Amino acid sequence: MAGLLLSQSEKLFIVHGVQDDYRSDGRSNLDYRPMELETDLVDTATGSARLRLANTDLLVAVKTEIDVPSPDKPDLGKIEFNVDCSANATPQFEGRGGDQLAVGIANLMQAAYQSSQAFNLKQLCIFEGKQCWKLFVDILILECGGNLCDAVSLAVKAALFNTRIPCVKAILMDGGDVDLQLSDDPFDNKLLDVGTAPLLVTLCKIGDKCVVDPSAEEESCSVVSLIVGITGTPSCYSDQENLAEVGGKFSTIDMNGPGSVAPKTLKDAINQGIVAAKLLDKALAKALINERKENIRTKKSSYGFLK
Amino acid sequence: MPGPDLLSSQGLRLDGRRPNELRRIQCKLGVFTQPDGSAYLEQGNTKVLAAVYGPHQAAKSKSLQDSVVVNCQYSMATFSTGERKNRPRGDRKSQEMSMHLRQALMAAIKTELYPRSQIDIYVEVLQADGGAYCTSVNAATLALIDAGIPIKAYVIACTASLAWKDGEPEPLVDVSHVEEAAGGVVLTVASMPSTGAIGLIEMSHRLHMDYFDTVLSRAMQGCKDIEVILDKVVREHLAEGWTKSDDAITI
Repeated sequence: MAGLLLSQSEKLFIVHGVQDDYRSDGRSNLDYRPMELETDLVDTATGSARLRLANTDLLVAVKTEIDVPSPDKPDLGKIEFNVDCSANATPQFEGRGGDQLAVGIANLMQAAYQSSQAFNLKQLCIFEGKQCWKLFVDILILECGGNLCDAVSLAVKAALFNTRIPCVKAILMDGGDVDLQLSDDPFDNKLLDVGTAPLLVTLCKIGDKCVVDPSAEEESCSVVSLIVGITGTPSCYSDQENLAEVGGKFSTIDMNGPGSVAPKTLKDAINQGIVAAKLLDKALAKALINERKENIRTKKSSYGFLK
Repeated sequence: MPGPDLLSSQGLRLDGRRPNELRRIQCKLGVFTQPDGSAYLEQGNTKVLAAVYGPHQAAKSKSLQDSVVVNCQYSMATFSTGERKNRPRGDRKSQEMSMHLRQALMAAIKTELYPRSQIDIYVEVLQADGGAYCTSVNAATLALIDAGIPIKAYVIACTASLAWKDGEPEPLVDVSHVEEAAGGVVLTVASMPSTGAIGLIEMSHRLHMDYFDTVLSRAMQGCKDIEVILDKVVREHLAEGWTKSDDAITI
């Protein structure tokens, strides 16, 4: 992590703690740090969320545009991820300094959302083969306190949950052109189905064990970390009781750092990741549904960065 | 001149403000823990985050023998405007803004105190609704104060425009995006209201010399009004302690 220096003995202390399943801040190896989440704070975007996980601070905004679907996938919409590392986080990100990290995270998110079982792009279709919605998911990293990938995936899911796409009627005109009619009512919009949207879980290998949600200090002690993308559980996000308990499918994997892992450790780590992702998804769903209900009942004023 | 549209027959502006009325200002110092100083400022729907790092040792090539190097970066989030931007920074407009920011802040920072050092000031516009530069300057001033960097006085920026009411010129303070887009003149002034010095002045479109003084004095009055509000916030912030200590996570 940027600008962080730890001595040998400090590192040893962290490694021993992980070995005994008791980390330096009192968590067990499967515990996340407390998070703060707020949705709907950017007026210029169709959906937005701000997530603060310990010292990691992110702002995600979703903007929509009308686009032409690609010829080989005429009935699918598009989604594009864009990460911007603000220099506010660390002076190293000044100019083009954060580009490498940004592209890495954006590609990982793109890969995780690629599968039709992870995110249903059919819901973005307006007129098959002619017009579709394109979602621009812009992720702004404002402060780095470790565990960026997990935080990004959580904030993206929250922002997509908050996104409202205007209802559009498409009529095929003469000559194959499509005429779009937008409703006059600004409340005439539909919500996205994000139940299956994947979450990324970073598993940091420290000593022989893996921990989730590493702090910046723990990240600097580990030689290798695995990032797994696990699809969400749709039953958490809907009121229907009879939905089968699906989800928990494994949609992407990536490795970071100079070290290597044994196949057995890999298997254990993936299983640990699936368990962590399911718990995380449940907690996220609860928080988001709560926030939506509150928004409907009383128009709460947004705190944003003023809190 | 597109003047008449900007003021209603009752003398109110498009968003219901009076000609000499500012937009609502809300701000907070010490938003983040990692930078040495940070601030968040909202002026109406324009929202800006500023962070200050330093003073720290300057890079060999940049370092100056007798004063500090002030390094500014202005960046606009891709979702900050109505239409999505492709690049947050590096385009001509942001580079120009970075230079203007540096110009205004250099006027206030006591640069002679830190030779061979560097101060980094990063500004991130989260939402732009007119006067993004002014809000950036004001937020940067707050961040500098939060970082404890000695400044001569508050640098405050404010815009002013000119409208017509019953054939009489009426200057407008703190111009919003709609008024900017209407095509009238926009005068941007960054000044130190307590000394009356002007650090930067910039104008778009043309303005008759006869009206320059009235528009300038309206902008300067706007700076003074903003200073009063920001000064109050700084004093309140300092009274309650530097930053919340429970924010920091240490091992």
